Amino acid sequence: MTMRPPSEEPQPAASYRGHAAERLGIDRRRFLLASGGAIGALALAACDSQGPRSAQKLLKLAERKNETLERALYRHTSIDAPPAGALPAGQHFPSYFVSHEVPTWDDSARGAWKLEVGGLVRKPVQLSLADLASLPRIGYKLDHFCVEGWTAVATRTGVRLADLAKLVGVQPGAQYVDFQSFDDGYHESWDIDSAMHPQTLIVYAQDGHYLNPAWGAPARVYSPVKLGYKNTKYLTKIMFLPDRNGGYWSDRGYEWYGGV
Amino acid sequence: MKRHHAVVRITHWVNAIALTVMIGSGLRIFNAYPAFARRGESFCCYPFERTPIPAKLTFGGWLGGARNWHFAMMWVLVVNGLVYLAFIYLHGEWRDLVPRRGIVRDSREMIKFYLNARKDHPKQGKNNALQRMAYFSMPLVGVMAVVTGIAIWKPVQLAPLTDVLGGYVWARYWHFWAMLLLVILTIGHVFMVFTVDPYSIPSMITGKYNEDLSPEARNARPFVHLLPQHHDDAPTV
Repeated sequence: MTMRPPSEEPQPAASYRGHAAERLGIDRRRFLLASGGAIGALALAACDSQGPRSAQKLLKLAERKNETLERALYRHTSIDAPPAGALPAGQHFPSYFVSHEVPTWDDSARGAWKLEVGGLVRKPVQLSLADLASLPRIGYKLDHFCVEGWTAVATRTGVRLADLAKLVGVQPGAQYVDFQSFDDGYHESWDIDSAMHPQTLIVYAQDGHYLNPAWGAPARVYSPVKLGYKNTKYLTKIMFLPDRNGGYWSDRGYEWYGGV
Repeated sequence: MKRHHAVVRITHWVNAIALTVMIGSGLRIFNAYPAFARRGESFCCYPFERTPIPAKLTFGGWLGGARNWHFAMMWVLVVNGLVYLAFIYLHGEWRDLVPRRGIVRDSREMIKFYLNARKDHPKQGKNNALQRMAYFSMPLVGVMAVVTGIAIWKPVQLAPLTDVLGGYVWARYWHFWAMLLLVILTIGHVFMVFTVDPYSIPSMITGKYNEDLSPEARNARPFVHLLPQHHDDAPTV
């Protein structure tokens, strides 16, 4: 049982000895004004800036610690399923690339497009689009999580990267995978765990149609366990590597891990 | 007797800095896509879809910079918040911060006083009823900000949490609301500090507080009886 505490509490008799600043002869109001002004000036200087340069090392440290936590949190069994009522983005799905114009593979200039799967593997292969399409096909309706904060729903169809990995015989030393493209050197490397997630696909069709150039034709990697920028489009090479190999956006300041 | 224990004073200012950085960087992240609608959909409940927040109110310089600050400072915010909550629980300060019976009546008396419908400042202890509600809500909204933040950080690996909040789009919306509520609470708090009890600022730095200058002693409401010489005046006409 608690008693209702008295609402009107007696006030302690305080003896006023004066504030330290007052004894030093610093006027209280002037002190408040000055400190308020200093805080305001600091805040203004910080606005819209990247913050002090000396903090960048600490931010890098936090990113590494976050990656350790995120990798510990990662489960193959964590599956993405868009809400039942979510509309597919369809033609509203944004197009994104780093070249000046939509990257397109020119067969007459570069020969037929092939996807090279190599690195630390026993049997490197070069796959044509027809080869890819003849491999076990899987399609998922998936969320796309962009680093900018938007999401979009699309059905992605292609080959599980885990199946491709079995096909080429990935060696145990391969801890990372680099996804390379013909989009002006764009690439991103991943940890092997995320690459082997059951929803990590080498996608050649979106919403039931072969990819168009705006969305990464002929093939791209897509996984809901990685942010959009990690999912290289316009694929040319999938390299299994012993070490991480950075990435286009990872080298420009986004988190390398980019996990969702 | 110090008005605020050193742990409370330190966590207060660490929180002020961490929260400022989190809100500034969060707004910069928001500006990369200042809307809630899934691509190809519209969103019911935000009137300013696709209107960016003024850059002057943001921090981080660009999306990547803001994200790096946000994902580093979140640990300062969380650890500092846990230290504060553990301390006030173990040390007993929570008793001055939780709503108690009679809070509605006490709040009404405070509001009547601030609206000049009551002449003398109600005596309600270290924190009056309105302060108790504000200081009690702050950690609750903080928890809401952290939980919704985790849900939009890991919507696949922690899908059950994100689903409880209504999915990624709604979790992002609740995260935005948590920020708005924190901003509203903070503006109210800072306004009252400067217009009613600026003498409490040193008490949050050194811990010392002169009860002769308390709002009760000065019979102070916003902008009224701000100066100490009024403290034994009769109520204003």
